[in-house]
Amino acid sequence: MYATNYHRASSVADAVHLKGASDESKYVSGGMTLIPTMKQRLAAPSDLVDLRHIAEMKGITVSGGSVRIGAATTHAEVAQSSDIKAACPALAHLASLIGDPHVRHMGTIGGSIANNDPAADYPSAMLALAATIVTDRREIAADDFFTGLFETALADDEIVVAVTFRPPERAGYCKFPNPASRYAMTGVFVAKGTDGVRVGVTGAGADGVFRHAAMEAALASDFSPQAIASVTTDPSDLLSDIHGSAEYRANLVTVMARRAVAAA
Amino acid sequence: MGVEGIGARVERKEDKRFLTGKGRYTDDMVVPGMKYAAFVRSPHAHAKIKSVDGSTAEGMPGVIGVLNGQQMLDDGIGNLICGWMIHSKDGSPMKMGAWRPLAHETVRYVGDAVAVVVADSIDEARDAAEAVVVDYEELPAVTEAATALTGGQPQIHPEAGGNLIYDWAIGTDVAETDAAIAAAAHVTEMTIVNNRLSPNPMEPRAALGIYDGAEDHYTCYTTSQNPHVARLVMSAFYNVAPENKLRVIAPDVGGGFGSKIFIYPEEIVCLWASKRTGVPVKWTSDRTEAFLTDAHGRDHLSTVKMAFDSDNRITALKVDTIANFGAYMSLFSSSVPTYLYATLLSGQYDIPAIHANVRAVYTNTAPVDAYRGAGRPEATYLLERTIETAARELGVSPAELRRKNFIRSFPHQTPVIMNYDAGDYEASLEAAMKEADWAGFDARKAEAEGRGKKRGIGMSCYIEACGIAPSAAVGSLGAGVGLWESAEVRVNAVGTIEVLTGSHSHGQGHETTFAQLVADRFGVPIDSVSIVHGDTDKVQMGMGTYGSRSGAVGMSAIVKALDKVEVKAKKIAAHLMEADESDIVIENGEAKVAGTDKTVPWFQVALAAYTAHNLPAGMEPGLKEGAFYDPSNFTFPAGCYICEVEIDPETGKTEIVQFVAADDFGNIINPMIVEGQVHGGIAQGIGQALLEAVHYDPQTGQLLTASYMDYAMPRADDLPSFKVSHQNTPCPGNPLGIKGCGEAGAIGSPPALMNAITDAIGNNDLTMPATPQKVWAAVHAAQ
Repeated sequence: MYATNYHRASSVADAVHLKGASDESKYVSGGMTLIPTMKQRLAAPSDLVDLRHIAEMKGITVSGGSVRIGAATTHAEVAQSSDIKAACPALAHLASLIGDPHVRHMGTIGGSIANNDPAADYPSAMLALAATIVTDRREIAADDFFTGLFETALADDEIVVAVTFRPPERAGYCKFPNPASRYAMTGVFVAKGTDGVRVGVTGAGADGVFRHAAMEAALASDFSPQAIASVTTDPSDLLSDIHGSAEYRANLVTVMARRAVAAA
Repeated sequence: MGVEGIGARVERKEDKRFLTGKGRYTDDMVVPGMKYAAFVRSPHAHAKIKSVDGSTAEGMPGVIGVLNGQQMLDDGIGNLICGWMIHSKDGSPMKMGAWRPLAHETVRYVGDAVAVVVADSIDEARDAAEAVVVDYEELPAVTEAATALTGGQPQIHPEAGGNLIYDWAIGTDVAETDAAIAAAAHVTEMTIVNNRLSPNPMEPRAALGIYDGAEDHYTCYTTSQNPHVARLVMSAFYNVAPENKLRVIAPDVGGGFGSKIFIYPEEIVCLWASKRTGVPVKWTSDRTEAFLTDAHGRDHLSTVKMAFDSDNRITALKVDTIANFGAYMSLFSSSVPTYLYATLLSGQYDIPAIHANVRAVYTNTAPVDAYRGAGRPEATYLLERTIETAARELGVSPAELRRKNFIRSFPHQTPVIMNYDAGDYEASLEAAMKEADWAGFDARKAEAEGRGKKRGIGMSCYIEACGIAPSAAVGSLGAGVGLWESAEVRVNAVGTIEVLTGSHSHGQGHETTFAQLVADRFGVPIDSVSIVHGDTDKVQMGMGTYGSRSGAVGMSAIVKALDKVEVKAKKIAAHLMEADESDIVIENGEAKVAGTDKTVPWFQVALAAYTAHNLPAGMEPGLKEGAFYDPSNFTFPAGCYICEVEIDPETGKTEIVQFVAADDFGNIINPMIVEGQVHGGIAQGIGQALLEAVHYDPQTGQLLTASYMDYAMPRADDLPSFKVSHQNTPCPGNPLGIKGCGEAGAIGSPPALMNAITDAIGNNDLTMPATPQKVWAAVHAAQ
């Protein structure tokens, strides 16, 4: 690892201020991707501004028909939250599948979605739940937030403060983990709610997380596993690597989607 | 046996320090003035080095020295060598290319060391290493052995034309074998791939070189399974220092699995760099370097023909194997696909004709050498996949086909050198089938079908050769060293005991089992026995630990030394009690005159030896004896493994629902430690069959599996609870009747698992690792 300066931000404003002090600074919120990358000398931020201890970015609230999860909330806190288990058990289940206990106690929902790893779990849920990404300066619909592999709509110094969504009527998440990394080789989150049926697919897309229009259409009229059993996915839009070909991932999209609907 | 003697489940003495973080590994060693090394490594799989410019690096903060391969050559440091000579069929010696510790003309794989930086801190060394400018002229690369043998491929070493190191054969005359195959009622033919593995010991390699200018003496702390051999090789071949001026210490070592047998460039460079720079130099591999440069295992491509008569008896076996050696010949690489592989191709079966041909090939990949089992897993996998396939083709049960062909009388001379001394293959097969409820499988399969799962069952009847090995025999086969072992037993003046052994423990539990042996002999508590190993200044010459040899060979040397101690102790006790030496028995911590109530406590016998006030006339003082033990034969552990799986046909995911191991290791010193060895071995075997594979990009030679994000290691939730049992035909070849247990799990398990998966999906051609993608594709193709 190259030498870096660590700063613990006390507030959102403090974080923006700290980050602005250097051109080569980066936010860190768990660092479950960033720190290993730095240890391999593949990233060299001069300053790390830690968002994980900002009080206004922590905690889970459910009120007025809306769920709000502070961006600095850890995966373990989401997985164990009785509020989340009541409002959207599929999301608690998703959080319980991320990484290992160490990762779940360090990694945060804000860090995950801001990083937008194409095999991360949370982005699929954000799309399917029609979540709103609340930043320090605006609100961004999930549909507009995830813009490509490790790319988001965030400005360089913009901070995700929270995510909000309306509890779905039904939702399910099913993930096939990569045997080596245990990231999603394919993960599918399905949700049925006031926004209709939405299907978010992670781990499979060549351009990152995506919504599956054909499955959403099929499920809108019949929210059942059988409804999407014959819905296919074009392999040319999917990732291919030593662990899984695009054809294999196309199959997994259907299988995981069916199982997610069954679990919803 | 007593509560701490042979056969007792004694908890491991060494675990307290390991489990409380108090182990002392090479990287824990700190000496005054110590500095840190970082290596400059080739980013190319094959390239000419046009220049190495360290001038910028030399001026960077904390940098003490930037050293390159030309300087090493100028200082007379020798090439790394392979220590086992193999001759090709035409009588020519193997074609060994030069391996420089720091490449100065050509790099041949990604990770090849080119230069080293010594600096005040690790980070400063790494910063400066990045500033060393190496001008490369890239050359085309080849990573697959079969491809490297074809025309028009890159020539990797000038010494080995067409990249062929040797073309070797063993066994029955090829024409005779072909004739038997031509006359057969049935021939099963297969192409068998044994996938390349990364060893992944928990502790990465490390070295600390300390040069003492006043004494012109070197000390090397290193992660070695055989520090004495390391000293021998570094002295005799690499010209680092004469043996009496080089101390090698392998302190606690966190696993090796074979990969720490070999001498690597880094320890030689640390010693040399310490003299060059005048400071002690430490290097510790990071995990990426470990993936890049630790010697890999396996990587065979074979074709096999197994011929049967009309009564389903095997009449002939013909094998052709291509072994990928990587870019350089590692220390024991040449022996692995020859005398550790082809000599085991008779398996547990009486096969009258066996012919095996092996070609060893250079490629632009990391060197390949011994990895847990070393040749024997490759032989077992090939045979056990083939006989299972034959049973399916012949329409007979896999158990019956094996039973029909089992060797049932001993000794048994195979056509491929080995002379099996003892075994009862039927006993292990019976035990395994009973434990696995083989008879109930059809009902379980039907039940699984109801849940949409494909259930399969497979077996593997393995044999291996351990206790390597009779020195004269291995010498005649090309080994550069003898494979005996040494021991010294020192009884201290008040009766506590130190055992100095040439074996090396890097997880095996020697400090416990070896102490049990002593406790058993004299009836003293194991806490009064200490095991000393791993330091060439403390311990007499020894050969180290690999090939499951520490029990069969290392402990046999201890037995010989104990015999000598016992003889002398009895003479002293007889003298003290005015009895006849032949009437003395030593047990429960005292010497007794048999049939009387006369006793002398053990500590008084020892004290008498050292006060020397009252010894038999002419006896030398002291109670300390040494011994060297040279085995008379290999030992032959064998067993039967049965695996049962359920496959999700929609995803190709395999779940191991049952794994049964029935092993014959001969006599056992500590069953708990043996079971642990079996568990670990099976976990590694399942890793090979289900998860692990080293992938190189075939065009660029870049390592694609250079981290745990892409190299899949088995985790606890990939594994079932193993059902382990032991059958026992004691080994007649050594005093303890021990066969060895360290590698069996990794040898026997891959074919059992693959036979189960192929049974479930009905595709005999599936290759390891049986990843979900591959299994799904096989199922999908069959639909």
